[in-house]
Amino acid sequence: MACKFCGPKLSLCGLVLSVWGIIQLTLMGVFYYIRAVALLEDLPLESETGHHTIEGFIATVEAGYTQNAYNCWIAALLYVITLVVSGHQFWMNNRSSVSM
Amino acid sequence: MGSLFRSEEMTLCQLFLQSEAAYACVSELGELGLVQFRDLNPDVNAFQRKFVNEVRRCDEMERKLRYLEKEIRRDGIPMLEIPGECPEAPQPREMIDLEATFEKLENELREVNQNAEALKRNYLELTELKHILRKTQVFFDEHEGGANTTESMTRALISDDPNRHIGHVQLGLRDKQESLEFLPCFVAGVILRERIPAFERMLWRACRGNVFLRQAEIDTPLEDPSSSDQVYKSVFIIFFQGDQLKTRVKKICEGFRATLYPCPEAPADRREMAMGVMTRIEDLNTVLGQTQDHRHRVLVAAAKNIKNWFVKVRKIKAIYHTLNLFNLDVTQKCLIAECWVPALDLETIQLALRRGTERSGSSVPPILNRMETLEDPPTYNRNNKFTSAFQNLIYAYGVATYREVNPAPYTIITFPFLFAVMFGDLGHGALMAAFGFWMCYKEKPLQAKKIDSEIWNIFFGGRYIILLMGLFSMYTGIIYNDIFSKSLNIFGSSWRTNYNESTLQSNKLLQLNPDSDDYLQTPYPFGIDPVWQLAEANKIIFMNAYKMKISIIIGVFHMLFGVSLSLWNHIYFKRRISIYVEFIPQIMFLTLLFFYMVLLMFIKWTSYGPTPGSFGSNDPEIVKTSAYCAPSILITFINMMLFKHDANTRPVCDDVMYAGQMGLQKFFVIVALMCVPVMLFGKPYFIMKEQKQRARQGHVAVEGAAENGAAAGAAAGAAAPAHAQHDEDITEVFIHQGIHTIEYVLGSVSHTASYLRLWALSLAHAQLAEVAWNMLLRKGLMSTDFQGGIFLYVVFAGWAAISVSILVLMEGLSAFLHTLRLHWVEFQSKFYAGEGYLFQPFSFEVILDSAGQSEE
Repeated sequence: MACKFCGPKLSLCGLVLSVWGIIQLTLMGVFYYIRAVALLEDLPLESETGHHTIEGFIATVEAGYTQNAYNCWIAALLYVITLVVSGHQFWMNNRSSVSM
Repeated sequence: MGSLFRSEEMTLCQLFLQSEAAYACVSELGELGLVQFRDLNPDVNAFQRKFVNEVRRCDEMERKLRYLEKEIRRDGIPMLEIPGECPEAPQPREMIDLEATFEKLENELREVNQNAEALKRNYLELTELKHILRKTQVFFDEHEGGANTTESMTRALISDDPNRHIGHVQLGLRDKQESLEFLPCFVAGVILRERIPAFERMLWRACRGNVFLRQAEIDTPLEDPSSSDQVYKSVFIIFFQGDQLKTRVKKICEGFRATLYPCPEAPADRREMAMGVMTRIEDLNTVLGQTQDHRHRVLVAAAKNIKNWFVKVRKIKAIYHTLNLFNLDVTQKCLIAECWVPALDLETIQLALRRGTERSGSSVPPILNRMETLEDPPTYNRNNKFTSAFQNLIYAYGVATYREVNPAPYTIITFPFLFAVMFGDLGHGALMAAFGFWMCYKEKPLQAKKIDSEIWNIFFGGRYIILLMGLFSMYTGIIYNDIFSKSLNIFGSSWRTNYNESTLQSNKLLQLNPDSDDYLQTPYPFGIDPVWQLAEANKIIFMNAYKMKISIIIGVFHMLFGVSLSLWNHIYFKRRISIYVEFIPQIMFLTLLFFYMVLLMFIKWTSYGPTPGSFGSNDPEIVKTSAYCAPSILITFINMMLFKHDANTRPVCDDVMYAGQMGLQKFFVIVALMCVPVMLFGKPYFIMKEQKQRARQGHVAVEGAAENGAAAGAAAGAAAPAHAQHDEDITEVFIHQGIHTIEYVLGSVSHTASYLRLWALSLAHAQLAEVAWNMLLRKGLMSTDFQGGIFLYVVFAGWAAISVSILVLMEGLSAFLHTLRLHWVEFQSKFYAGEGYLFQPFSFEVILDSAGQSEE
């Protein structure tokens, strides 16, 4: 299991970034899921001129909200993996420096 | 218990120490670290002082210890440091023991090193010889079949790579000369690899091509014993003929620092020699190993104690340095010292002195004697780890005058707060607070680590400031409702859209009018309504109006507080006149003009707005209190200063905000302007009056003396120059007061405007955060299918990096600097003189710390 490919600094950076990413992206996912108005500007609404009816527009928005919620959670999940990997690397680095 | 409000009360003391007890007493005081000694022989140079010999011995010991430390470092032996345990300063007689120990260690080490070096040189020579034998063997053996060496050699030359030019030229020569029956000879040696080309060219030119050089690289690097560097060398062998050439070749080899080794011609001899060399190398290796072992043992033993020894020697040195500051009395029996001491700690110091006397076994107790002095005592604030960071911010501007009001306690709150006004963002504040909290939480382990990086030390020194700045920024972030430029709708917005579907569909921009049912008439409970985040058209306009007003209000209160603090200074220093002609007009000036402006803001906020129940009514009474009639505060204030009155362009509105506004404003301006001459001439006038009074009394005295007769001439002579000095003083007072007044009057205008930086930086921060979000993170949120998640993962990392580096670090630094300026210039200029000097007690802790740092 001695596969050390990150230095102490990079692994620490990965740890901090992934903790931040998990917290923020999970929360953003939740906010998208409950259709927070503040995130309306950050929705994929390509064909803005396309929908002439309110119903069509609302449907697009709803779909965008759900899609972005899932995307946020996917990214959060990827950060969980990053956390595990960099945590393992960090642990390896620490252990090797102690044993030295 | 000392307070943070003013610096400690200090007294100048005289200390009589018996010669025998002086050392122990000073050592005790050094452990205590509460006494600042004054140099009593400033005109005696360092070499004429009493204990110069001891100091020199300590220097010598320190040098030896540093040598030892260097050797220990070179061998990579860890030096033990006993945390929390610090040896006391040893007795003077222990010094001899220490000296002897260090001497012995140093000599031993030097001897070992010398031996090791000699051995290594020997070893190098042998290795080089070994390589020569091995490589030349190749040269010679290339043509094994040759009858004798020379012949085989010649053939080797002939057959050797035909591409080589030198070989060919030589060949021709040799062929011709071979018939003349000559005896080619050769030298072999070793040379640094980088010198080879030059060496070759030199040989070629100096011997006119009559020599032949073969070389081979030694693959393994060899260790240079004198510098212990790894160097690469090459073996060479040169063939030539005749004695003349031989001397020439040898000269060249010498010039290139090549080492020549004897190399027998016969293969059997060479083999024998190689065997001999190998055995000798083996022997040398064992000896070298033993030497290394010995050296290692000596160093390990030394490494256990070296930190301890350093502390001891430095303490002794510090004590003798201090003793050098003392005066010797006539009988040579006791030493006299003068020192600044915090008045509250006299008891502790007495106790320490008594301990020192007991330890030295002296019978005569030391005498600590208070002295009266006119000199300004040093400034000493007792700080803990929390307040010291803030105190250092103040000291960076100037050390407080003795017993002056210390701005540090207020800075603890105002500094993070003003910072947060500029840095208001819940997300960025949380990042900063998390970093600060981590540093405070891990305080002890981080302190023990002793990281050398300067930037880290700045951050770590200000960890409590960072934590507070982060927490306050989170608070203002909630007030501004900003988290990474997004808003949180916690309590539910107070705004509703009442437009129907067709209006919504056909308009790009629509207005929500607060003077209608769009606004619920109850504000958002905490901070700014989240709906503003979506108001792209006028969000900035609204925020600017709000933040500018807030900045001015905070600024005026901050300055008023600063001026009020000057009252405490005036009272404490018993400057009664200053209270009447400086403090009162100053505070009136600020209150009547700028605090009045703040009041106008509040009047505007409270008395103009929609009237629930009668939205959009044309009733003149309701229109008068509606937002339509709200006046501009800035225009009102400028008109007030210019005694001007603009023609009313809105006939339905009132001219004034409240009845009698015009008259009151005129009165305020006139009173404020009248304060200026009071500030300008008040103090000089009173001083002049006082002087005249004194002069009159002096006159009476002189007259009285004249009646006495004898001393008349002398007294009059003394009075006259004194008078001249007063006259000079009064012009100086006038100029000083003039500068001060102009600074204050102009300053209160410019300083008020200067607080607008709170708004400017806050705006810049909010905009930058928004740009970062829109330009980066939004790109990751614009996918319509699931691979957007992976894209978001990447984009988020970039956005996080930008957020930390630009928004938290750079913006944080700029907000920090602006906050610092607001404190140093706008706040402290109102009351803080900062003309004192720092109390620097004689303390082992400080001395050891600084010695440890300079060494690294």
